[in-house]
Amino acid sequence: MAYKIKASDCTACGACEAECPNIAISFKKGTYVIDPVKCTECQGHFDAPQCAAVCPADCCVPA
Amino acid sequence: MDNVISLDGILGLGELKAPDTAPPASAASGCSSSSCGSSDGPADMAPEVWEKVKNHPCYSEEAHHYFARMHVAVAPACNIQCNYCNRKYDCSNESRPGVVSEKLTPDQAIRKILAVAKEIPQLSVIGIAGPGDSLAAGGRNTFATFEQLQKKAPDLKLCLSTNGLALPDHVERIAQYNIDHVTITINMVDPEVGQHIYPWIFHGHRRWTGLDAAKILHERQMLGLEMLTARGILVKVNSVMIPGINDEHLLEVNRQVKARGAFLHNIMPLISDPAHGTQFGLTGQRGPTAQELKVVQDACEGGAKLMRHCRQCRADAVGLLGEDRGAEFTIDRIEAMGEVDYDDEARRSYREHVEAERAGRAVSKAAAKAEVQDSVGAQAAPILIAVATKGGERINEHFGHAREFQIYEVGPQGATFVGHRRVDQYCEGGSGDEDALDGVLAAINDCTAVLVAKIGGCPSKSLQAAGIEPVDRFAFEYIEESALAYFKDYAGRLSRGAVSVRAGQDAVIRTGALTALRA
Ligand code: SF4
Ligand code: SF4
Ligand code: SF4
Repeated sequence: MAYKIKASDCTACGACEAECPNIAISFKKGTYVIDPVKCTECQGHFDAPQCAAVCPADCCVPA
Repeated sequence: MDNVISLDGILGLGELKAPDTAPPASAASGCSSSSCGSSDGPADMAPEVWEKVKNHPCYSEEAHHYFARMHVAVAPACNIQCNYCNRKYDCSNESRPGVVSEKLTPDQAIRKILAVAKEIPQLSVIGIAGPGDSLAAGGRNTFATFEQLQKKAPDLKLCLSTNGLALPDHVERIAQYNIDHVTITINMVDPEVGQHIYPWIFHGHRRWTGLDAAKILHERQMLGLEMLTARGILVKVNSVMIPGINDEHLLEVNRQVKARGAFLHNIMPLISDPAHGTQFGLTGQRGPTAQELKVVQDACEGGAKLMRHCRQCRADAVGLLGEDRGAEFTIDRIEAMGEVDYDDEARRSYREHVEAERAGRAVSKAAAKAEVQDSVGAQAAPILIAVATKGGERINEHFGHAREFQIYEVGPQGATFVGHRRVDQYCEGGSGDEDALDGVLAAINDCTAVLVAKIGGCPSKSLQAAGIEPVDRFAFEYIEESALAYFKDYAGRLSRGAVSVRAGQDAVIRTGALTALRA
């Protein structure tokens, strides 16, 4: 029940960080990472995982 | 005093030049910024509008000769996908608009701005244009930067560029930070057209595709535009001309944005190269030629004012339009500078100098025009000429050093700037490079003459063989007056049968050359 970021494809644009309702996404060592404990796949907040919907590099995927 | 000398060198302004200093080698060259502006002067503009644009290199065609802009790349996130963009692409050999090598935090951006402002007294505008969308991710970095800047350098004008999707949510804050210029990229006013440009958008917490996406984007763009103009904020509209997709449609875009109060319309050629990895690059979508671009721009004349001096700047461009001094101000260098203090003395005296020079110009331009009208009459057809310049409205660049040529249309009606053409420098370290010369010839193929400060014998012969007259007798003089003097002479020779009209050939817009190579 969590999403992850494929670091190899991430352009570190930061769009996902701003959209996550759970502040589960942060910048670590040159790339963005999702804290699996905080991530709820946006259930209860939105119809779709926000990070995946906004990511221009399509690199937010189910863990 | 250091500042003033380097300023002379950059601009090559005749009367500013200290006689005992050689101009620095780092001359202005092909601009890559949204250096687009109105050709209007104070005479044909409302005073409050002229006050806002007169020192803005991108909004006033006249100002782009005198003032410098700087983009800070603090906004990496984006909320839509455009088929002509690939934010992954970043290469140290070639730079494209919208792509940057160094993303900055707002704090780094402030340090960089203050350092550059000290070094370049022509600096008048700070813009945020990406590399993503300045208002995506809540516009956090954008507004954090502007907030600090307003306190530390209140004389610098602020502007931002956006795709418009999030714009209606931010109009209040834009007004609050005294941002008096906003650029919206609007490529369509018909979602049927838009669906071929935008594969998706992120809006209202979900991803939209196809016609729905284009429809939402269109509605948000129009709403944002109306909200800004209602508040008296100047709006420039950028459109990317994509042959076969929105080329003819841009006339309708022009009509509609004008109706909603856009101040300027800037039609830019698509930059498309498979190597950039954009959707359009991969599908082989081509960009327009110089003539195709000019035809659409001319057809829009009379609608929203067209801006023709846009160089499609990088999101971290620094300097006068036509030059990119970004490489001099890397993060490492900025960090190494320590605390930069803020002092606007040099900028103030530079602006006073420009005011004085401008006052004299209006008179001499009018006189040159009247002379041509008297002696040539209306029968002569206008011609295009290319000019090698590094600013200050003067012919002050060596042919071989030019990284762009400014194109003027000259005729009995006067001399008007119609655009610029990027080229590779012909003269690298003294020896001419034949490939580069061919590139120059292709780029100014539609011109009758090229006005330069200086030119060597070999390129001179090649130009003549191609039917383009090299002219160095106006070295360091003002462009418009010289162009008119040349036209008068040319029209005389034409009527005596000493020359014939040059058959127009389409010129090539070079995609590689459009984006300034980092020197
Ligand atoms: S799926 Fe939702 S909760 Fe999980 S990281 Fe992405 S945006 Fe945050
Ligand atoms: S939106 Fe995608 S590309 Fe951007 S930082 Fe998040 S994961 Fe990386
Ligand atoms: S709005 Fe700008 S950054 Fe976003 S996809 Fe389009 S061109 Fe790229």
